[in-house]
Order: sequence, then C-alpha cells, then structure tokens
Amino acid sequence: MRELRVTPIKNGTVIDHIPAGLALKVLKILGIGDAVTSTVTVAMHVPSQAMGWKDIVKVEDRELGGRELDKIALIAPTATVNVIRNYNVAEKRPLALPDRAVGILRCANPNCISNVREPIESSFVVRSKSPLRVVCKYCDRELEDIVSHIL
Amino acid sequence: MSSFGGRDVLSIRDFSPADIQLVLRTARKMVPIAIGEKRSRSLEGKILSTLFYEPSTRTRLSFESAMARLGGRALGFSSAEGTSVQKGETLADTIRMVEAYSDAIVLRHPHEGAARLAAEFTEKPVINAGDGAGQHPTQTLLDLYTIWDEKGSFEGQNVTLVGDLKYGRTVHSLAYALVELGTHLTFVSPPTLEMPPEILEQVKEKGLSFRAAHRLEEVIRDTDVLYVTRIQKERFPDPQEYEKVAGSYRVDMEVLRDAKRGLIIMHPLPRVTEIAPEVDRTKHAVYFKQAFNAVPVRMALLDLILGEGA
Repeated sequence: MRELRVTPIKNGTVIDHIPAGLALKVLKILGIGDAVTSTVTVAMHVPSQAMGWKDIVKVEDRELGGRELDKIALIAPTATVNVIRNYNVAEKRPLALPDRAVGILRCANPNCISNVREPIESSFVVRSKSPLRVVCKYCDRELEDIVSHIL
Repeated sequence: MSSFGGRDVLSIRDFSPADIQLVLRTARKMVPIAIGEKRSRSLEGKILSTLFYEPSTRTRLSFESAMARLGGRALGFSSAEGTSVQKGETLADTIRMVEAYSDAIVLRHPHEGAARLAAEFTEKPVINAGDGAGQHPTQTLLDLYTIWDEKGSFEGQNVTLVGDLKYGRTVHSLAYALVELGTHLTFVSPPTLEMPPEILEQVKEKGLSFRAAHRLEEVIRDTDVLYVTRIQKERFPDPQEYEKVAGSYRVDMEVLRDAKRGLIIMHPLPRVTEIAPEVDRTKHAVYFKQAFNAVPVRMALLDLILGEGA
C-alpha cells in the first residue's frame, strides 16, 4: 500500500491542485504564521496526474470562505477547495475569479487615491482572467505584480 | 432628459463618439455667449463648486467664467492651503459637505482617481479638472473642439503628437479619443519619452495604423494637426541631455518650411521654448484660440449637465 504523505484531517479545509511552488503564497494569503491555533500541513511538489506537479495546503479546524477564496483565486485559479467535516468532504467550494477584486489587492501606484487615508476599499477591474490582468478602478493603472500586492 | 443630465465627467473614456460630437456642437453654439455678444441665463440659480486642491488658474478661471456666462455662480477654493484639508479632512468628507452647497462639483486634485472617489460620495455631478497624472477630460474635449472647429472633421486627418508622450497625460487622453474618432496618428518623441505600449495597443485594436518617428522633419510634410507638448526638465537626470533633446523638438520657421498650408499647431500651454515666438504670427498657430476654447467647451458641458435641456 502506498504510504500517505499527508494524513487526512478531521475538520478544516483542504486546498488541493495549487500550482507547484505557490503553497507559501497561499499561506501568506491565509495569514498563517502569526497567531495560528490549529495545525497547518503543507505538501510541496507532489506528483499530480492532471498537473504534473502540485502543492497542497491543509488547514485544520478552519473553514475558508469569501475574500480568502477570492484571494486564492487570484493566484491559483485552478486550485480546489474542500471543506472537511468529520473526515468527509462536506462541501466543495468553487474558486471563481470575481469580475472585481474589492479589498484584496493594494494599488502599486503610490499616488493613487486608494493609497491615501480615505474611507474606501481598493477595487480592481479584472480585464482578463487568463492571463490575469487587473486594472485599478480609481487610477486606471494595470497592476503588474499581482501576487506581491495581495492585502 | 438628455444622456448628459446630471452626469459625471471623470474620464474621456466615458464618452462615446456621439457624446463627443454633442459636446462639440453645443460648444459652437456657446461661442457668441462666451465672447459676450449674446446673453444667457440658462444656469441662473445654479451653483458650481470649484475645489482646487492644487492651483490651476487657467482651468479654474475658465470654469468660473463659463458658469458666469450662463448666469450661474461659482464658489470654491484655489489651493488646499487654509482649508479643512489641512486639518486632515478626507476628500470623501469634503465632498459630502460641498454637496449640500452646490449643484455640481469641479475637482482638481493631486492624486490619481480622486474624481472617481468623489463621484462615489455624492449624487451631484462631478467634473474631473485633472487628477494627478491621471485624467483631464475637459482639456481633451477642448483640444478636440479646436481640431474639429479648425479642420471641420476628424476622419482622415493626420494628427502628429510631439514631445513628452510618455508622461504627458494630455496626449494619452487625446490619442485615445482621436483613435475613437478615426484620425491617423503620428508620434514624435525622444526614444526615452515614447508613447506607452498600452496606448499603442488601443490604436492597433481599433484597426488603425500609426507612425512613430524621432524627428519632426520626417513627418511634418504629411501633418494636418501638430500637437506640441512640453518636455519637462525633471525627466532628464543630465541637464545637458535635456537641452539637447528639447532643442531638437522645437517648432520654428525652419521646421515649418515643408509644412502644409493648412497645418494647425496646438499646445496645451504654458509653453516654454517648444514653439518659437515667430510662429505665433503664422496662420498655423491656433494655441491661443485653443486656450479661449476652454470657455465655450466648459459652458457646453455645464449646460448639458445642469441646464434646462438636461
């Protein structure tokens, strides 16, 4: 029998099919590293039939949703997100790139009004999904390095 | 109600070619009022706020003149100094306050996207009078008016944009609109100040061809409209390099020797040395008229947005 490199979790979220090499960025999005109270398992460069190589992140006792999923969709739109309850897949949460990315990216233009103290959230229009191209709703500039501008 | 009633003017991209034509036709009707030959009370009782977070005397005065010529009134400030901005008030709060005092808001602001933010915080129409290095749609409209008024149409005209095409926001908005209106574009700039690729992409998407050159002499013969912009000293780390580059894009009688008779020369002003003073006396020079056109074009916008017909 093949030995499982990553053991099943009882409750939490499994993010599978992350493009190889992006697992640490997913951790950054999830804010893992600061005050984590549950176990996080990361598998990097795992063989995958569909993708060749992939990364997997398992977060115990935490169900991901909303903006966290939108952020993951920005960097890894092919990933799958399964919510696990009592060792079973209770829910498959689809990752869909929104038409607008609100409050999840910071504009790279330091002179953009969204980087000034104003009561607004950053907002980007998704111009193209593949390759991903986003344009700031306020200053109209295209964001070049999307990953490093995730809030 | 026309499609303009109560509308924001944030970016030239919000204007269809039909919208632009309507503004231009309306502007032409405004000329006799703008020069004081005729009187109008069409905006009587209306108040325009002019919020200038950085000084731009020409833009502010032409808006205020436009409002006054139509019988309306303008109030506001000409720089952030001495206002509640200095106390740390957000733009959003200032807009919510000003909304109660006026029927429309003209905003000039040093940050890109400020006008779009302002429009989110008020039901009243917001007119962008320049946001940082971003948009300045009313400047584009008055440039378009000048071309249309002088040449009669856009289609088939050869428009040459010369100078700092990389950082100059006026030329980006103008290039975008001219492509929409079907003109041929030629870009002349030093290699370090060429038109950004995204603008070139838009020109290609429209199926239009363009030319790029480094020397004015190469293209002047075919040019119908020469749009000159200032090359700013601060773009060059070496002052000597600046002198050299700026000198080679100067429009003088020598450059104009091969020009078409009907060539018009435009400039958003203020100019420094880009156009020699002797050119002012030629029939080609329309830049002072272009500056005057600011008033009828802004009158047209205000009337379309706030007037009875709106």
